[in-house]
Amino acid sequence: MGENAKKAVMAEAPAAKNTIYSINGPVVTVRKTDAFAMMEMVYVGNAGLIAEVIAVTSTATTIQVYEDTSGLQVGEPVVGSGSPFSLTLGPGILQNIFDGIERPLPEMETASGAFIATGLHVASLNEERVWEVTVLAKVGDALQGGDVIATCPETPAILHKSMVPPGVAGTVVWAAANGQYNITQPIVKIKLPNGEEQEICLAHRWPIKMPRPVKQRQSISRPLVTGQRVVDSLFPIAKGGAAAIPGGFGAGKTMLQHQLAKWSDADIVVYVGCGERGNEMTQVLEEFKELIDPKSGRPMTDRTTLIANTSNMPVAAREASIYTGVTLAEYYRDMGYDVAMMADSTSRWAEALREISGRLEEMPAEEGFPAYLPSRLASFYERAGNTLNLNGTTGSVTIIGAVSPQGADFSEPVTQNTKRFVRCFLALDKALAYARHFPAINWNLSYSEYYEDLDPYYRQKVSEDFPELRGRMLALLNEESSLQEVVQLVGSDVLPDGQKLTLEIAKIVRTGFLQQNAYHADDTYVPLEKQRDMMEVILYLYDKAQGLVAMGVPVANIQATGLFEKLTKIKYDVPNNNLALFKTYYADIDAAVEKLGAQKHGH
Amino acid sequence: MALEYVGLTEINGPLVALAGVSGVFNEEMVEIQSGGKTRLGRVIALEGDKAIVQVFSGTSGLALDDVNTRFTGKAMELPLSTEIMGRIFNGAGQPIDGFGPVYAEESRNVNGSAINPVSRTYPRNYIRTGISSIDTLITLIRGQKLPIFSGSGMAHNKLAAQIVRQARINDVKSDGGEDFGIVFCAMGITYDVADYFRRTFEETGALNHVTMFLNLSNDPIIERILTPRCALTAAEYLAFEKGMHVLVVMTDMTSYAEALREFSSSRGEIPGRKGYPGYLYSDLASLYERAGVIKGRSGSVTQLPILTMPNDDITHPVPDLTGYITEGQIVLDRTLDQTGIYPPVSVLPSLSRLMKDGIGEGYTRADHADVANQLFSSYAKVNDARGLANVIGDEELSETDKLYLEFGKQFEQQFLNQSFTEERTIDQSLDLGWKLLSILPRTELDRMDEKLVEEHLGKATK
Repeated sequence: MGENAKKAVMAEAPAAKNTIYSINGPVVTVRKTDAFAMMEMVYVGNAGLIAEVIAVTSTATTIQVYEDTSGLQVGEPVVGSGSPFSLTLGPGILQNIFDGIERPLPEMETASGAFIATGLHVASLNEERVWEVTVLAKVGDALQGGDVIATCPETPAILHKSMVPPGVAGTVVWAAANGQYNITQPIVKIKLPNGEEQEICLAHRWPIKMPRPVKQRQSISRPLVTGQRVVDSLFPIAKGGAAAIPGGFGAGKTMLQHQLAKWSDADIVVYVGCGERGNEMTQVLEEFKELIDPKSGRPMTDRTTLIANTSNMPVAAREASIYTGVTLAEYYRDMGYDVAMMADSTSRWAEALREISGRLEEMPAEEGFPAYLPSRLASFYERAGNTLNLNGTTGSVTIIGAVSPQGADFSEPVTQNTKRFVRCFLALDKALAYARHFPAINWNLSYSEYYEDLDPYYRQKVSEDFPELRGRMLALLNEESSLQEVVQLVGSDVLPDGQKLTLEIAKIVRTGFLQQNAYHADDTYVPLEKQRDMMEVILYLYDKAQGLVAMGVPVANIQATGLFEKLTKIKYDVPNNNLALFKTYYADIDAAVEKLGAQKHGH
Repeated sequence: MALEYVGLTEINGPLVALAGVSGVFNEEMVEIQSGGKTRLGRVIALEGDKAIVQVFSGTSGLALDDVNTRFTGKAMELPLSTEIMGRIFNGAGQPIDGFGPVYAEESRNVNGSAINPVSRTYPRNYIRTGISSIDTLITLIRGQKLPIFSGSGMAHNKLAAQIVRQARINDVKSDGGEDFGIVFCAMGITYDVADYFRRTFEETGALNHVTMFLNLSNDPIIERILTPRCALTAAEYLAFEKGMHVLVVMTDMTSYAEALREFSSSRGEIPGRKGYPGYLYSDLASLYERAGVIKGRSGSVTQLPILTMPNDDITHPVPDLTGYITEGQIVLDRTLDQTGIYPPVSVLPSLSRLMKDGIGEGYTRADHADVANQLFSSYAKVNDARGLANVIGDEELSETDKLYLEFGKQFEQQFLNQSFTEERTIDQSLDLGWKLLSILPRTELDRMDEKLVEEHLGKATK
């Protein structure tokens, strides 16, 4: 920049009311302190970078910038928006992919090419696109916040319900006719209690850090069926619950998150890639277009929205991406949908907090993380829930957060604090991952407190004996792990036959039941009924074999029948739609048992 | 043209402060003249009329007065053209081979910009390295970032050199193809190591396709922070403007992270784990994420970073954070190295995240995924058997466990072990895998379909 240009900028600067005083990475300060409110969204610099006020003191206002600050100068203007950082909520969210602050990435590509430029201003939702709207509100209706005024098919699979923004109430004085509207055209006009009139469109705005209000929180009663055996059968996630998936790198967090996003029985999936790999987001994009949702028969993208803040995008937007995701989830919940939100990974979010906290020179707590880490985690996970919405519908937000502990050490602050606020903990294990046991969920470290809440569901919807089968499976695995300690010391040959049998059956459970092949057409998603039948047949074999061992039949003889391998391969051999085949396994077991028993007596 | 200021207000480690400046922008390049020498620097923070400047070549010899500082009005840019191939630059992107400046077609900001995930193409095409352990178990994919986790004294340089020498795309040899380029980025390595790489490139005749950025261990530390950024800017240019497949070898990432730590502590920043700055993850990501393939462009950037794990500790922040960003890792093992196995690849903790979509029918061979899975799973059991043998002795082991010991031994000696000049095709590697698996009892091959096993090993003999 030449001298003249510099002078020009300097001449301009005093004209603007609020100007940048200091710049340090993503943190900018303004000396005037009465100009902005806490959490207000502001535009920084000549390029108008999107930013948020994070501290106001007697000497300065501190602002975190959601975009790259290189090129910014002291003295450039800072303009307030008058409202907290908010999202545009309306049709067009599904099938889309946004950055951490709800800017659509396809439109950003059109605007700046393959590399993301700074200072891009693109509308969050397409304002030109028209929707086929059915208006439900009628003149004279008394509307409350949350009431549905109109619907439109957002995707072939999902009906979008436009609502009165929470906090607004009044009587309808005008309503549009059914027809084609974009998101900025008024659909109804209401008269507020103070006599003023307000137009309501298909879309409205909502601040990301404020949970959307509900009428009532409800208790947990339904599982989020994921089709993953180790999750559904042993450590279930509840609809409206919160789960954490911690694991070191290479343990399969992302893979598991992808599986849950693909197969869980939620109506809507919000997938947040928070500080993760760019190629992974591309993979989700490509895969979800091709995958067909078994429920609707439509591509997965029809019910999915993606938020991608890759690890090389600005750190402040990473902090925002988690809130953006959960706000979108709450919006669809308010329409009466069951929403699952995947956050991969919450550790990157916590690190973003740490980074910004460091720039603010705040006093650090554990490992440099700010002291408010636990409270931020708590307020995030508490936005999950099973709810009775303002408009009388019921919906749920389920949060599944991946955690990337440093050095795969679960005692680090993010994992430990997360554990306090989630009730389902699916610990991924490096040793299992090294042995290519996927999903690498360690059954000794994981737990789900939701099991008791879901007990009635499993009894009524699947089978009365499901909880009992699950209990026996866990007991068997538990027994195995204590036996393994002995085996590590003296080898398995010295064990009595009864215990050898336990090890063999546990092996079937581990390789035949817990391990699941995400690339196998049938095994990638397994319905609850088949999960139950698999447990039952394995335990049936266990019982029968125990009987034989008690009669003195050596385990090696039972092994020689090939039953163990046969049961291990049930997951591939019995198709999901032909559970009747299980009968043949019982027949095989009975026949083999009878033969071995007869041989024994024959001697 | 641009403003010049006389004198400095403060000097602290690699940082200098100037008061009374105006019109300076964040990340602006600065030229500092003192005693007839010009040093380059970069604005890293601004406060009122004060600018904090990071001096790349260090501040030794600088005094508060008798210094002229010029703000260039530009961000740090690298002059680029296809001429950069075959040239050698220092860590700040200045030519040091005596052939004068590059006649630039364009200049680019070395910090780069994030690739829009929508614009990326998911990488699917494999690069054949001719090394069994990598091709079969940790397949390298074009556009991937796959680091080598090593320790001091292990053969990581030799391995990287062999990969560079043997890398083939669609069976076209790397050094033969016009559209294949190598960017070599040295950060804090010794002269000998840099020279080793240069000689290797020379021997293979690839030198005309290599662009080298050298910041050796005795070069200025702050310049080291710039080195990978220059290298990756060059790589992006060659890949996405010139349509080349670029392999970027970056060594040693641990030295890079240490330079960042030194810089961070001189700024008085609050440290995270082991004194590394809290933003180490973001910073490393800003480098690693510059690998990839972009829709509609024919080139690709593949990264092969090398890092030495201090004390061979994989949980150290540098390998740990790297592993969270990169798409897998090749881990080298000291015990294997000491038993004379080359390359000493520790297969269990090694991983290639992108291989699942880049192998199999149409890419490598139909049975690739199954063989790889089975080898991993069987080799994992070898460790259990060895642990047991250590306690109760080999003799007491069950027959199956004894076979596992044998399998483990053969696997290491035949499969992992290969010479520096040996190049194996995918077929050779996979067939070798089958041969080794045949040591084990049929029932132990639980990751494979019975049909597949029969096809390759014949009918089971009971």
